[in-house]
Amino acid sequence: MADRVIPTRTNLMVLIGLLALTLATTLIARVDLGAWHLPVALAIAAAKTLLITLYFMHLRWSPGLLGLMALGAVLWLAILLGGSMDDYATRVWLLPLGR
Amino acid sequence: MADIRVAYRHAPAPQFDDLVQQREAAALGMWVFLVTEVMLFGGLFTVYTVYRWLHHPAFVEGSRHMALVAGAVNTAVLIASSFTMAQAVQRAQRGLRRGLLGFLASTALLGVVFLGLKAYEYWSHYAEGLVPGALWTYAGQHSGPLQAFFFLYFAMTGLHAVHLTVGIGLVTGLIVLARRRRFTAAYHTPVEVIGLYWHLIDVIWVFLFPLFYLIG
Repeated sequence: MADRVIPTRTNLMVLIGLLALTLATTLIARVDLGAWHLPVALAIAAAKTLLITLYFMHLRWSPGLLGLMALGAVLWLAILLGGSMDDYATRVWLLPLGR
Repeated sequence: MADIRVAYRHAPAPQFDDLVQQREAAALGMWVFLVTEVMLFGGLFTVYTVYRWLHHPAFVEGSRHMALVAGAVNTAVLIASSFTMAQAVQRAQRGLRRGLLGFLASTALLGVVFLGLKAYEYWSHYAEGLVPGALWTYAGQHSGPLQAFFFLYFAMTGLHAVHLTVGIGLVTGLIVLARRRRFTAAYHTPVEVIGLYWHLIDVIWVFLFPLFYLIG
């Protein structure tokens, strides 16, 4: 944050990038991608998140401590999701054979 | 030019060396809060992931009941509001009061447009009998797990709408303060910090949109 003033031009370019990604994800949803739907949609959402946090939320120019906070959120979310799915996705392994 | 050029002396609070350190502490405090917000929504995203895993066909069916165009337009509206918020922060940093007021008002207005469109969507789900519980009248395929899908949809987008309503209230508060000339190029921490909160609401929607509208 500090005293860095982000020029209107930069903000406009981020806006255009975000709108383009929104259009892309909406159009891609109509194409049949099979199992790739979710990864593609999530990758686009992650790209949008990077644009918003790095530029609109100034993380790119902020002290590292703030970036560490953001990374902490991502890491803890990954533990929450990964841990839960690790359980649910492997439960069938414990079922008796033949079910 | 209606800039604030008044020599408004803001001394840092006694525990800080200078105003920059004080501003960084304020931003850090907001980021810590935002992390707890990610955890709050993260719990719901985890429930979504587990139920999607267990009832995949119902979730595909559910996303077919979503108004794709309304969702995409609302995504664009919220993104535009993040842009105007970023511009408001920039105007505040430069001490341009009129620009700050204009961008804050646009941000709040776009937030209201989003809520209006969301309310219209809720109403059309209600008309289709897709509100889980006593109002549920949908009798098609996967009716049981589809209720779970719609329960999650209303819980997650509803919690998001509550956050946005709070955000609109906060931005309105900023407008009142800016009109009273409370912000200068040297002091505008509330604008920056509420800006961070506003952008996080946008980030959460960035994930809600594909998960409910696009998958399937």
